[in-house]
Order: sequence, then structure tokens, then C-alpha cells
Amino acid sequence: MKIAGHRNHAHYWAFILHRASGLLLAIFLPAHFYVLGLAIEGEAAMDGFIRWTDAPLVKGAEVILVILLAAHLTGGLRLMALEFISTSESSKTAVAVGAGISLAVGLAFLFNVV
Amino acid sequence: MSNSIKVSVWRGRETGEFQSFDVPRQPSQTVLDIVTFIQRNIDPTLSYRFACRVGMCGSCAMTVNGKPRWTCRTHVDKVVEDGEIKISPLRNLKVVKDLTCDMTEFFDKMNKAEGKFHPTKTRNDDFDVVLPDDPTRQLAAQGIECIGCAVCYSACDVVEWNKDYLGPAALNRAWTLVNDVRDGGNKERLTAISGDSGCHACHSQQGCVKHCPKNLSPTRSIIGLKRATMKAALKGEI
Amino acid sequence: MSNARVETKLWVWQRLSAAVLAVCVIIHLVVIVYAVQDGLSAAEIISRVSGNFLWLAFYSVFVIAIAVHAPIGIRTILKEMTSVGPGATHMIMATFSLIILAMGFRAVIGLFNASIIG
Repeated sequence: MKIAGHRNHAHYWAFILHRASGLLLAIFLPAHFYVLGLAIEGEAAMDGFIRWTDAPLVKGAEVILVILLAAHLTGGLRLMALEFISTSESSKTAVAVGAGISLAVGLAFLFNVV
Repeated sequence: MSNSIKVSVWRGRETGEFQSFDVPRQPSQTVLDIVTFIQRNIDPTLSYRFACRVGMCGSCAMTVNGKPRWTCRTHVDKVVEDGEIKISPLRNLKVVKDLTCDMTEFFDKMNKAEGKFHPTKTRNDDFDVVLPDDPTRQLAAQGIECIGCAVCYSACDVVEWNKDYLGPAALNRAWTLVNDVRDGGNKERLTAISGDSGCHACHSQQGCVKHCPKNLSPTRSIIGLKRATMKAALKGEI
Repeated sequence: MSNARVETKLWVWQRLSAAVLAVCVIIHLVVIVYAVQDGLSAAEIISRVSGNFLWLAFYSVFVIAIAVHAPIGIRTILKEMTSVGPGATHMIMATFSLIILAMGFRAVIGLFNASIIG
């Protein structure tokens, strides 16, 4: 896919990631709350579901979700830093650092969950 | 370095097609040189705009290989890809013909954003003293070099997605006036720039900053407007 | 309320809820990474949060902040990327907020009241 010339820069990618992660998290949330609510039906019901999540494909999806959450957080921090602290050139480095932290969090989750 | 460049130029209006020309390559050639060569030597029906041709007026802005630029300040060597260059009119504005676009909407939005001076004094009053190290004057100075070339407007994705979005240039101009102590129109101005399609629609993607030929930062001005509207809303002024 | 006031207030609430969520999400991520060590189980989750007022307060604040933050974000996406009109957008936002509050508190209170046996 050829990226339009005027879009090929750090802050554009940061924005896309922020929007995509936000949308996916918003879709995921009701499901997340539903599963947690299974606790009302008792430990067994909840555990039944949690066992289903042991499947590798589900674990993979969970890693992605954790990365999305961390990415949305760092993207939001980028915005808040721009809007309330400063708009200097160092903000591009901040984008890169944010991306790095998200990945690190995802990896921490991955290594602890397998 | 080969002797000629293959140039694709947009012909037509909103619908049309790219037409191909072979243009001889010259040292220190700019994209404006190429367009001028085509119009004078190959196809006199090609329509395009320019004026100063030395990077002062902003009239020659076009999309070159996907990026909005001043063609008089774009050296062919810097943008040619595999011996080819693609030239089209500025994005986000209606096409009049070929490489000329209709700037009406761009300037209308300057008005809508109250990007115009509201005087408070008459000829009988004394001058306002505005010292160069005055902090608000310095904030205004960061944005007043804008010459309204529409490169930022063309680079902005929110302008593409929200057709009423005022855009980086109009908001930047509004910010310089917010910081002008002689101006008396801030209540209307802050209301104008915080409506449905005002400063809050900006996501700080900074395409405007990346492409502004005068190295201005409309994003910084828009962030200033966000803070100003927040304070005004808390005080009940808007 | 004028459009200018509405847009400005939504922007302020989005940033306020974001600041709260920044703290909540960092804590949540730490808990997640810690909790999945040596496998996850309902018993472990329930034993951590059941009857614990601190977790109840934390997750309640979390749910309320999300109920403010997510609908405002969705509103922007609807405005920019769809042709959904302002009235319908408002309905979708309000509905989404209620769903988050209802399902969120059902989970929070459910976990607070849950017990290991049964």
C-alpha cells in the first residue's frame, strides 16, 4: 500500500495508532465487563471462561490488546504533553519512546502469560 | 543523470486525467521551471499559477509527488523519483483547471474564524505601545509570517475528513489576533474558533508543521487556542 | 448551550477523564502483568478484590472515567469517518455511556460480592 506522501511522518502514525487502539478497546470493553460479571454466577462459571482463554490464539489476542491499551495510553500522553507542556521538536522523540514503552509492556505480558 | 524527466501533469477539473510530458533536464531546475517549460514550449493550454517565482508570494503551491509544496522552491533533484515527477493541484480545494485551484473556501474560512482585525481606537486616540519583548506580542510574532499559500490546508487530514473544519491557516491567524492587544474582537473570535469545526477538531498530527514553507507551527497556535477557549469557558465568557 | 461551549466542555472532560485514566491504566497494566504470572484463575481474581473496599473504589473510578472518555472519542470518529448526523451521534454516545456504566458496575459489584465457594 503506497502511503500518501504528505502522511508519512511520526505524528501521523501516532494519531492512527491512537485512533485504531481507541476504537478496538471501545469494542472490546463490553465483552471484558461481561466476562468479569460472570463472577456473579460463581467462581466456576468465571473459571470456565478463563480456561477457554488458555488457547494460544486467545492468548495472542490478549497480548495485542495489552499492547493496544499501552499504545493508547502513550498516544494520549503525547497529546496531553503537546497541549499542556510544549510543542517542541522533542515531541517526535516522545512518540518513539511511547511506542517503545507500549511494546515493552506487551512483551512483559507475553513473557508472564506463557 | 539522464537528459529528460517524465512529468505527469493533471489536466482537467475535478475529473480529468494525468498527461505525460518529456521535459529536458537542466541544472538547478525547479518544478516551476518544468511547468513553465511545458506551457511555453509544448502545450500552451496548460493552466497554472505563479507570481514572484522566488519563494515570497506562495502562488505557485501545488502537489508534487504527493506533497504540497511551493514549486518555485522545489528543486527537481530533490523530488524526482526514478526520473519521474507527478504534479497535481493542491489537495482539499476545488480545481478550477489543470493546476489551478479555487482558493475561495480557504479565504472564507479565514473570515469565519474571525481572522480579521477588530479595531478599538480612532485616529484621535493615542497609539497602543506594544514592546517587542512583550510576551503576547512574541506569541503573535510566531505566527504572523503566514502568507496564506494553503500548503498547510492541503496537508491537513482533518480538512479532508471534516469539510467545515476551519483549517490550520485560519486558526493560526485567529491565534495571532487573540494575542494582539490592540484588537477588541476576542469574544466573537473565541466563539468562532471553538464551534463544531474549530480548534478542538485538531488532533495534532502536524502535517501542517511538516509542510509549511515558512516553518510556522499552526499546531502550536491551535493548542494556544485550545487553552484560551478552556479558560474562557471556565470564566463563562463563551 | 452554544456549540462553542459544548465543544469546549467536551474537550475539557475528555482531557480530565484522560488524566484519571492515565493513572488507572498504569495501575491496571501492572496488576495484569502481575496477575497472569503462574496462570490466571477466577479464584485468584476473586480473592484479590472480593470484599476489598480499596479495589471497589479504584474500579468504580475507573468505570466512571471510561464512561466519560470512550463515548467522546467515539463521537469524534463518527463525525469524521461516517455520515451519521449529530442527533444520532448523541444517541449512540449516550447509549454507549449507559452500557459501560451498567455492565461496568455489574462487574465491579459482582466481583466485590463474589465468593470462592459456589
